[in-house]
Amino acid sequence: MSRVAAFVFRRKGGKGWHWTDIVTWVWLVGGLFIMFGPAVWLVGSSLKTPAALAEFPPTILPYVTQKVSVEGFDKPFDLYEVTLDDGSKATLAEVRRIGIVSQMVDPKAPGEIIKVNIAQRTPVREMSFATENYTEPFTHFDFFRYLWNSVFVTVVATLITLVVNSMAAFALSKYEFRGRTAAMLVILATLMVPLSVIMVPLYSIVSALGLFNSLWGVILPTVATPTGVFILRQYMLTIPDELVDAARMDKASEWQIYWRIILPLTAPALAVLAIFSVVWRWNDFLWPLIVLSRKELYTLQVGLSIYSGELNVQWHFILAMTVVTMIPVVLVFIFLQRFITTGIAGTGLK
Amino acid sequence: MGHIKLTNVAKSFGNVDVLHGIDLEIGDGEFVVFVGPSGCGKSTLLRIIAGLEKPTGGELAIDGAVVNNVPAADRGLAMVFQSYALYPHMSVRQNLAFGLENTRMPKPEIRERIAEAARMLEIEPYLDRRPGQLSGGQRQRVAIGRAIVRRPVAFLLDEPLSNLDAELRGSTRAELAALHARLSATMIYVTHDQIEAMTLADRIVVLRAGRIEQVGTPLELYNAPANRFVAGFIGSPHMNFLEGTVETNGPGKTVATLAGGHRLEVPLDNAGIANGAKVTVGVRPHHISIGGEQGLPATIRLVEALGSETVLHADVSGQKVLVVAPGQHDLAPGADVRLSLSAAPLHMFNEKGLRLGHAV
Repeated sequence: MSRVAAFVFRRKGGKGWHWTDIVTWVWLVGGLFIMFGPAVWLVGSSLKTPAALAEFPPTILPYVTQKVSVEGFDKPFDLYEVTLDDGSKATLAEVRRIGIVSQMVDPKAPGEIIKVNIAQRTPVREMSFATENYTEPFTHFDFFRYLWNSVFVTVVATLITLVVNSMAAFALSKYEFRGRTAAMLVILATLMVPLSVIMVPLYSIVSALGLFNSLWGVILPTVATPTGVFILRQYMLTIPDELVDAARMDKASEWQIYWRIILPLTAPALAVLAIFSVVWRWNDFLWPLIVLSRKELYTLQVGLSIYSGELNVQWHFILAMTVVTMIPVVLVFIFLQRFITTGIAGTGLK
Repeated sequence: MGHIKLTNVAKSFGNVDVLHGIDLEIGDGEFVVFVGPSGCGKSTLLRIIAGLEKPTGGELAIDGAVVNNVPAADRGLAMVFQSYALYPHMSVRQNLAFGLENTRMPKPEIRERIAEAARMLEIEPYLDRRPGQLSGGQRQRVAIGRAIVRRPVAFLLDEPLSNLDAELRGSTRAELAALHARLSATMIYVTHDQIEAMTLADRIVVLRAGRIEQVGTPLELYNAPANRFVAGFIGSPHMNFLEGTVETNGPGKTVATLAGGHRLEVPLDNAGIANGAKVTVGVRPHHISIGGEQGLPATIRLVEALGSETVLHADVSGQKVLVVAPGQHDLAPGADVRLSLSAAPLHMFNEKGLRLGHAV
């Protein structure tokens, strides 16, 4: 523990403070708030009731006004701390409010109504986690169906991406043919074309192929990624050609060279691409929204949008389900961050 | 089995001609070494034989069948690469088995062949290790083992010893020679190291700039080099060359005048060269002795005492001459000596670098 502390609080200036120490701390602490703050806010807010969400000023932790049941009344009332006219304090339940006057009762002596100016009362608050934000969607929202669709799209698209892109990268890195560089440049050039530009023609193609309203219509247009081809090709270029020659002398077919020699040796780059692909496909929103119009085919990201209606946005459900949706991506990053950092260092890509 | 014939084989990469019409015949069981300076095309020639490069002209035949269009896998050859090219993600055993599995050989036979090769090369303890866990010498053995288990028609070795340290290179060289004797298979070996060429080869092929300069046994090349390039390339330290002009040209004896005015008699049967022509006289450092009244006057520039012999760098009227004298000599830089060439076999080359006549 002391060694961890020594590492964290180590300063360039030794015992004193060098100006770079201050900049470092400001930068890192600021970065922590900017990067991690929204995530904490999201998780905190996902546990708030709709009323608490609408509250201003907002609180970080989910607070609700304490309720109390009073004898003789059906509904529980909100509990308030009240300063009475004589200066004494009491804890009273609010029966109703008329203008700026609140009619209150003492829960211990429910017979008598006390009229109090609303400026003289403050609600008694307690922390309360609105877990129903999480549990309710599982009953009335088809969460597991959407989850399955998302998992299917992500896993299948990632597998096809890895196979297709590695094949292209193999050809572009290990075969000498006329136009090899040109082919690579054309593939890379498509990096500059955003989805919104090709959306309409892509939609026509998918529709003509009968893939509209099918998960395959979501999967297939995304599997060939220039980024993936580039990452894998750059990595394969570092595999010595002599290995391919040796395999040829060993009577290996071209497929065996690809499958048994090149692919295993490309594993680190494949891992990076797999992570990227999982994150891309999992977070995809626009394309699935276009292709899928039947509710039972929705992926999670599209499914979440049913909570934002034209007139009413059910923020508490959106926030809670966003947290659930984030979990797989967070897990991927936690377990595979080692590959991501080495892979990014190796390819110079984001 | 293992008879390889090249007829007018040429190779060019784009506009660059790497090989110009190579004619060569390699007999069954022969150990042939391709030697030459880097960039001479020796590795390209080996890769053409292997089938990894296609010749742009000429014909390549193995055991009488033209194999120009036969893929590398079906030529029945095995290659040992300079970098060994072991599959890093497979164990040694899998490396050895890979080529055999691809021929759909039954498993028991694969096991048997691997065991045999491992015993022969003494790599049994490492069979389950990955190449990354082996030393350079061990990897080298595995690379050779991968070739042996295939039982090829011929072995192609591309500078297999260049990544080993000097001591290991010496012992592995001896093992390779022993291996060739045991397997009696055709071996083609590429190197730029003329000592490897001299010690291993049945025949040496000297290449320069895509052409064969000379083919012959090591001693043929040493004693009767075809031209100045071969004379300078084979032998260590390399041959001394002294510029001069022909003075008299008679049967059995040609007299040349060296740059310093010294006259040198070269016993040639028939020089076939005009008086006054420019020539180069070649003499090996080991054949020059120190002393003698008639010797060339020389000044010592550097003395390298190796104990058993002494290498002297001398200056003979502006031309550098190396002398290897047996034993130890008490000479200091700056000393004036006379170099005797009377007992030395002398070679004479004409202006084009071709060796003239035959030394008697």
